Amino acid sequence: MAFDTQTEKQFKYIGTRPKRQDGVDKVTGHALYGADTYKAGMLHGAIVRSPHAHARIIKIDTSKAEALDGVKAVVTRADFATGLTGENWNILENIMADKTALYDGHAIAAIAATSNLIARDAVKLVEVEYEILPHVTDIKEAISEGAPIIRESSIEANVPPDHHKNITRRFECGKGDVDVGFAEADLIVERDFTTEAAHQGYIEPHACLAHMTADGKGELWCTTQGHYNVQRICAALLGMETSQLRVTASEIGGGFGAKTTVFIDPVALALSRKANRPVKMVMTRSEVLRATGPASSSWSTVKVGMKKDGTITAAQATYRLQGGAFPSAPSESPAQVTFAPYDIEHAEMVGLSVMTNRPKQAAFRAPGAPMGVFASEQVLDEMAQELGIDPIELRLKNAAKEGTRGVHGPTFKRIGLIETLEAAKAHPHYSIPLKENQGRGVACGFWFNFGGSTSVSMALSEDGSVALSIGTPDIGGSRASMALMAAEVLGIPYEDIRVTVADTASLGYNDNTHGSRVTYAVGLATIEACRSAVKEMCKRAALKWGIDEEAVSWEDGYAKPSGPNAGDFEPLPLKAIASEMTKTGGPINGHFEASPNTAGPGFATHLVDVEVDPETGKTTVLRYTVVMDAGKAIHPDYVEGQMQGGAVQGIGWALNEEYVYGKDGRLQNTVFLDYRVPVASDLPMIDCVIIEVPNPGHPFGVRGVGETSIVPPLGAVANAVSNATGVRQTDLPMSPPRVLKGILEKQKANG
Amino acid sequence: MSNQAVSTTVNGDPVQFVCDPRETLLDVLRDRIGLTGSKEGCGTGDCGACSVTVDGRLVCSCLVLGVEAEGKKIETVEGIAEGPNLHVLQEKIIEHAALQCGICTPGILVAAKNLLEKNTNPTETEIRYWLAGNLCRCTGYDKIVRAVQAAAEDLRKAG
Amino acid sequence: MVKVELWAGLRAFTGGERTVEVDAKNIRELLQALSDAYPGLKPILDEGVSVAIDGEIFADSLIEPVGPENEIVLMQKIRGG
Ligand code: FES
Ligand code: FES
Repeated sequence: MAFDTQTEKQFKYIGTRPKRQDGVDKVTGHALYGADTYKAGMLHGAIVRSPHAHARIIKIDTSKAEALDGVKAVVTRADFATGLTGENWNILENIMADKTALYDGHAIAAIAATSNLIARDAVKLVEVEYEILPHVTDIKEAISEGAPIIRESSIEANVPPDHHKNITRRFECGKGDVDVGFAEADLIVERDFTTEAAHQGYIEPHACLAHMTADGKGELWCTTQGHYNVQRICAALLGMETSQLRVTASEIGGGFGAKTTVFIDPVALALSRKANRPVKMVMTRSEVLRATGPASSSWSTVKVGMKKDGTITAAQATYRLQGGAFPSAPSESPAQVTFAPYDIEHAEMVGLSVMTNRPKQAAFRAPGAPMGVFASEQVLDEMAQELGIDPIELRLKNAAKEGTRGVHGPTFKRIGLIETLEAAKAHPHYSIPLKENQGRGVACGFWFNFGGSTSVSMALSEDGSVALSIGTPDIGGSRASMALMAAEVLGIPYEDIRVTVADTASLGYNDNTHGSRVTYAVGLATIEACRSAVKEMCKRAALKWGIDEEAVSWEDGYAKPSGPNAGDFEPLPLKAIASEMTKTGGPINGHFEASPNTAGPGFATHLVDVEVDPETGKTTVLRYTVVMDAGKAIHPDYVEGQMQGGAVQGIGWALNEEYVYGKDGRLQNTVFLDYRVPVASDLPMIDCVIIEVPNPGHPFGVRGVGETSIVPPLGAVANAVSNATGVRQTDLPMSPPRVLKGILEKQKANG
Repeated sequence: MSNQAVSTTVNGDPVQFVCDPRETLLDVLRDRIGLTGSKEGCGTGDCGACSVTVDGRLVCSCLVLGVEAEGKKIETVEGIAEGPNLHVLQEKIIEHAALQCGICTPGILVAAKNLLEKNTNPTETEIRYWLAGNLCRCTGYDKIVRAVQAAAEDLRKAG
Repeated sequence: MVKVELWAGLRAFTGGERTVEVDAKNIRELLQALSDAYPGLKPILDEGVSVAIDGEIFADSLIEPVGPENEIVLMQKIRGG
């Protein structure tokens, strides 16, 4: 699906900012999210969770709980499918422990009762006998000698036998020969960095309503980024056929990657199957923090060699990512992406996935990239300072462009990194003078962006309005973007198109809303679905005029005779064709199914100014500017929304957010008061500059924007704080006590 | 403990319900009265998604007990629009794309309306501090603050 | 014959070679040929890989054609959020 040069003409709808179609529902409180539906006879589910970080489960005695009035069903691991392998097994092991509790908060059993209060009372009556095992929650300790080995059987084939047994994956990529590269360098800097786990922090906890009936069929309503994926996993975990389970995605109250998997949905289904009644489950916030996946914590070592003029001669890095008691930490991602923005001849990048007694990490916006960039962009910043080169100039000097072979392997097609750097340099923000205790940070970021499997269908009504069905939950206004693209192709007003997220029984398979794929892939499918309907409408016009189908073209909502010999006919509007469709050959619909692969890579440059109070170490963000290549912004408001939201999540990760485990292996900050995400009064306005370097692989040039926005901020903010304090910030979060400690140590050292 | 009968007023309508004394006002609004516009993001008073007013005072309904509603006037997000006419804040939230997922929106609306009833000319800082108890994880707050500023301006013009 | 660049970590299974040549007309044949020539790679290929052809990353397609003129890079399966 190549870039459609015809569309370089003025767009009529693309690039405008109409009101989103679900707006009224959402401002009046009528939109239905995961926890907002009810069924007659519905029970409430609750989960028994391990208070231990690592313990063998000796015995689960549910008799007292079952005796409580109102308790209707209890399930344990024995109520799920056996014989699973691979990721299905890992997911089951995570949502319901088998023989061993692997982290504080790990599910052990679940109860369904006639009220939420009774279910939670019953949870307290379940008696679990544990044999406590040694645990480890810190990434450095986990790969030290003597650390308890969590699950040796998870080690992948590519891990050399001499590695620590808590390392489950080793990935290495690169090019050239780093020894040669370092020998050419005038300056070499090598540093270690750590980051803590940050939670995606969606405001809506996981919630679902499950109903299994006696005939083995199931209905599931849930908050998810991908209901087809939920359907597939739940069916496997329950040992049922995929099509027998119909999953409907509710409105979703944020996900940021973590709602691409399941936690409670299979449990609610199992409870419903046992109780033979509908079961609703809603997680509490502390359950969300303890038992759903935050992003990995990390420990990185980065070494860069540079010539005096700023040319990078070599880059070498090891990124260790902690992914909980499961082998899934995305350590290959920082290895691939952190140095991809730069044209480097000699590079060696290693990723190591590490297991600990923590919850299974879950995807979080560009999984694995932000923590890697925190390390790499700081080393570049330090070297720029040392060599007296402006940080943007340094990046421009090394920037990847069309034809550059990335350190991850592939050669880039047309990309927009240089454009983002130039725009950042020219932005007024970059020349505002800084005062004492203030610092400026720059960082770049790259993310692949995905395509993924997609089905879209559209149906024309007799009055000329259009129903568009998509299968990807709308997490940030995508229905508006789809309606805009459909309006553009069909040539009818945005308001005439209604977009619905269809359930799994109503539309073919769709991958998750993830990987920044929706505006790109579902947009592409929407365009093609509408084009197939346009083709049919042209055919109907040709039929009416008695001319060849090829002699009819579609322009701005009208079928027109085209070419010199087509004849002279009054253009036929879509409405007229629609009103006769049942008499001219039947209903007119369009559909498109594919797995497009031409998602254009995303690049961004972020600028941030901070002020650090030297007395307390507290950082205030003064200004923030996000410059990002969106390829083509379909609905610029929602592109800006992704840019601002990603930047602010990054600010939180950089300054405040962290998982704090006690010596006992228990999570100590399980409420939002202690797990502090940014609030309105912490922040300035977030300026956005949208760059549009069209993606050659999308008809309108779209590139994904959802994930690249969180790649640079950890590095950008760290560079700013480092520059404000004169102390290089190697560890996250840059909380006041930690920053203050650095300032005091520096003062001491300076006498 | 036995259930208790409570009489209250919600968005101007008289309402009676019976609830367990441990149930929060948020539980009661959602599960007993069927008003699911108020959301539970935390249950601990930290996120503001459950914001309502009780006799004009802005509260987190997850921190109020259902039985405390007796004789009070409760206002929720469902009561902000007048029939088909959206409140200017609702209009501006949509116009400024000040929501992505929208789960925080009900709480933001209730809190912002409460602010504008007291102060139709708040500074950016005042808006940010007033809304500091309403978490939004999607937007970074920029567009929310602008929407509230725009609504305030309209309200001032309307006098 | 097509040239495939493997990620560096896979050298251990190819006798130190980072670029290998196999006979294949599409991704399915390419992965099969790699497993046949270097049995040590099989478990890794089975765990899931992506293939980049001329800069475009195919997450799990098997049918995409490959030829001697293409730049083909084997990548660890990429994941998104
Ligand atoms: S649910 Fe009440 S403040 Fe979060
Ligand atoms: S719009 Fe999603 S939390 Fe505010």
